[in-house]
Amino acid sequence: MLLTCHDIDHADWRPTFGARKDMNEVTQPPTQISPQTTWMLAVRDRRDRAAFSALFDHFAPRLKGFVMRSGAGSAQAEEIVQDVMLTVWRKAEQFDPARAQVSAWIYRIARNRQIDVIRKEGRPLPDELGEDPSTEPDASQILAVEQEISKLKQALERLKPDQREIIKQAYLGELTQQEISAQTGLPLGTIKSRIRLGLERLRHEMKDLR
Amino acid sequence: MTAINHHTSEALLMAYAVGSLPHSFSVVVAAHISLCLECRAAFEAHQAAGGVILETGGTEALSEDLKSDVLDLLDAPIKPTPLHARSGIYPGPVMAALKGKSPKWKSLGMGVRQTILSSGREGSVRLLHIPPGQAVPDHSHNGLELTLVLQGSFSDDTGRFGVGDLEIADQALEHTPIADAGLPCICLAATDAPLRFNSFLPRLLQPLLRI
Repeated sequence: MLLTCHDIDHADWRPTFGARKDMNEVTQPPTQISPQTTWMLAVRDRRDRAAFSALFDHFAPRLKGFVMRSGAGSAQAEEIVQDVMLTVWRKAEQFDPARAQVSAWIYRIARNRQIDVIRKEGRPLPDELGEDPSTEPDASQILAVEQEISKLKQALERLKPDQREIIKQAYLGELTQQEISAQTGLPLGTIKSRIRLGLERLRHEMKDLR
Repeated sequence: MTAINHHTSEALLMAYAVGSLPHSFSVVVAAHISLCLECRAAFEAHQAAGGVILETGGTEALSEDLKSDVLDLLDAPIKPTPLHARSGIYPGPVMAALKGKSPKWKSLGMGVRQTILSSGREGSVRLLHIPPGQAVPDHSHNGLELTLVLQGSFSDDTGRFGVGDLEIADQALEHTPIADAGLPCICLAATDAPLRFNSFLPRLLQPLLRI
């Protein structure tokens, strides 16, 4: 089935938020697209301010916590949160739910912003792959990405606290290149395969590149 | 299109994805990801994991006005930041390092040319232009060296490297890459230490030439 945002009614997604939460508590894989993704698609496809407001309420306090844990003071953290959330609005067309959950995309924007603030040279970024409107992902691929993310969360929870702490530090950018070894990584094999499927849709773009 | 056979390592890729990799290496890894579907998927998988850390981490209370400030700015006009897209054989991250301009080649002798993209205490990154059949000056390393092929190919003791292939060389490797027949070989090369050339270039000259 093809997912267009118009299929998702506002009245439909609000109540499912609670339901999803309960299901996550008993670690069931998600069976519906998450509210965060639905909000983000509404922002991307319809410039929906109410959906952006919901995204802000969910992510801004987490972003502030995230940025402060990597060393920023409260005021600087809020500047970064502001920049990141504005980028979410302005670059919404780059969000591709077949490749990443919303938090992955926001993580990427936040790290880019933090690094640009810290270093004088901007962070080198890979070429963006253009989106072709004829290759809109189907809902099953989006859901499959979210199911992998849910498994990744469980894998993180199952780790010993000190191991979990090292991984958190790594993703906050607190470990040096030398301290990061393959051992610090989460099991990313299946999510990687899933993302690859999302990328295959854009493969013709890759072919043009080489 | 030939397949990419030599990829970035897990550790380098993760260090790049989380933002811990020095600038010079980041240019090379970002350029490789621009060309390689496999490593792009791995890069995005790390972002998925980073998203999980963001999602499950603690929250901090926001200032009262932050949300209304952001909502007010949504449609404010913005200065567009220059976006450096791929141009010819040069991926976006290389074009960004070139500030959108064509490379300014300087001769290193024996037909080999270079364009320095950046050089500092953290390391250096440059483009190398090597005529077919010509050896890159024999060199060994103080640290780590990454070499990404953008045009043509080269071969050394460890194998053949074509467009998109990334060679990771450390201190232990004393190698002599030779550009294969065909197009001149153009590479993006980064080190975290100045190169030591064993043969034709006195070490005293290296700081002057910044190689």
